[in-house]
Amino acid sequence: MTMPALKAETPAVAPARLTADVVKLSAPKPGFVGARLMPALKSAAARIIPPLVTLTLLLVVWQLLCNRPGATLPPPTKIWSEAYDLIIDPFFVAGPQDIGLGWRVLTSLQRVAIGYGLAGIIGIILGTLIGQSMWAMRGLDPIFQVLRTISPLAWLPISLAAFRDSQPSAIFVIFITSVWPIIINTAVGIRNIPQDYRNVAAVLRLNHLEFFWKIMIPSAAPYIFTGLRIGIGLSWLAIVAAEMLTGGVGIGFFIWDAWNSSRIPDIVVALAYIGLVGFVLDRIVAAIGNLATHGTAAN
Amino acid sequence: MTPYLKIDHVDKSFHRGSRETEVLKDVTLGVERGEFVSIIGHSGCGKSTLLNIVAGLLPVTKGAVLLENQEVNEPGPDRAVVFQNHSLLPWLTVYDNVRLAVDKVFSGRRSRSERHEWTLHNLELVQMAHAKDKRPSEISGGMKQRVGLARALAMEPKVLLLDEPFGALDALTRAHLQDSVMAIHQKLGNTVMMITHDVDEAVLLSDRIVMMTNGPAAHIGEVLDVPLARPRRRLELSSNSIYLRCRQRVLEFLYERHSFVEAA
Repeated sequence: MTMPALKAETPAVAPARLTADVVKLSAPKPGFVGARLMPALKSAAARIIPPLVTLTLLLVVWQLLCNRPGATLPPPTKIWSEAYDLIIDPFFVAGPQDIGLGWRVLTSLQRVAIGYGLAGIIGIILGTLIGQSMWAMRGLDPIFQVLRTISPLAWLPISLAAFRDSQPSAIFVIFITSVWPIIINTAVGIRNIPQDYRNVAAVLRLNHLEFFWKIMIPSAAPYIFTGLRIGIGLSWLAIVAAEMLTGGVGIGFFIWDAWNSSRIPDIVVALAYIGLVGFVLDRIVAAIGNLATHGTAAN
Repeated sequence: MTPYLKIDHVDKSFHRGSRETEVLKDVTLGVERGEFVSIIGHSGCGKSTLLNIVAGLLPVTKGAVLLENQEVNEPGPDRAVVFQNHSLLPWLTVYDNVRLAVDKVFSGRRSRSERHEWTLHNLELVQMAHAKDKRPSEISGGMKQRVGLARALAMEPKVLLLDEPFGALDALTRAHLQDSVMAIHQKLGNTVMMITHDVDEAVLLSDRIVMMTNGPAAHIGEVLDVPLARPRRRLELSSNSIYLRCRQRVLEFLYERHSFVEAA
């Protein structure tokens, strides 16, 4: 093992010394590469290497802790060998209930898309109403403040009773979980529209619709996107919980199913999927927010 | 004959709970077409309140504001305001900020390309055409005020209202902008009402200076004509006897007869 490494090192050093003068003459080219490419690679490495190191350390600690006889949870190596098919191929189809986790995540995402989409539309509309009307704020805000503290799971029996079907119930639970931060943040954003912008709108005689589109929405956009970002996180939390109870195809039901048949490694893989997808969802909403509110925050 | 813009026996009081504060008491002022009138007074004397009443942003308690013999009691583009803190919309570019006003005011009357030309024309008037694609956060304070001025001018207002437009700027930038405003006033002959607390600015720019007494219940203490020929040049005026006399009068009014009570 050590021999090839030594061999590779020695010739690398020698030509560098021999060609030292030549390098000086053709200075602009390495200068360009050194000035543009190297810093970019370095900054990328500076961001990628620390998480990789900590991840490796965590896996090693986990392996050491769970590798003893009598350990209740599987070590990473056992997960790798037992849930190999789930990790390697997210999109296999081996039977009606034996499908890759990618498909399950997509099914869950579909539910989230509907529930969260509704929450976004209704949340922004209600938030605008509350932010604009003192009366609506005083009437609705206390109710919302109480309702928003209710856990998604607590909504589930009520929605099952109301809809008598698991699919709309799951969607309702996502909706009811993610709608509150959207309403509240939108309302705060609308209430915080500077008087200056209202004056401009008044002098220009913008009508209600123009005021809504040209002043209100752009001015409140940073707040709205904060609400939307909290909302997407909450709805991803809610879908897993809801699916564990309602059954079906989603990632949440998969975990429940794996638990019932004692496939602990599968659960760990599913958790990794959920975490990564949640992370990506959050980043997508944040990126859309950055794009949409470009230049608004600065004044 | 009634003047172009007439502020007729205006009273204004604010209510907070059961307490009533009288800000303006019996303010009467006429502004002729093409005239440049400054309103000067110590801070808190209600001069901004007066401007907001003319703009229609605040309702009068008693009296009326008449523009061409028509009562005005709501805001409109015929009384465009240049706000003290520019009030540009930060999510729009410089061009779009002006274009928003142009589109709204001339929507039925001018074609799309005419409105584009008119927007550019007004940006050129304030020497801001070069930054038309920048956002307000990317330009300096003086430039923002220029764009604010372009937006107001683009509405072709009957009266241009300037609410301490240069108050937040450094002295050099302020002088630049004052020269620009003078040049534009010379060229277009706008009717202008400007709020200021700067004596030199008032004398340099105005045809008449309206001096307000201290509040509460502020009223017009004195009106001073500035009989200086236009175009006026800043450097030549510094030794002009009329300029110095006018300046003296305003200073006397502000610091001897109506010195700021709380300023001690």
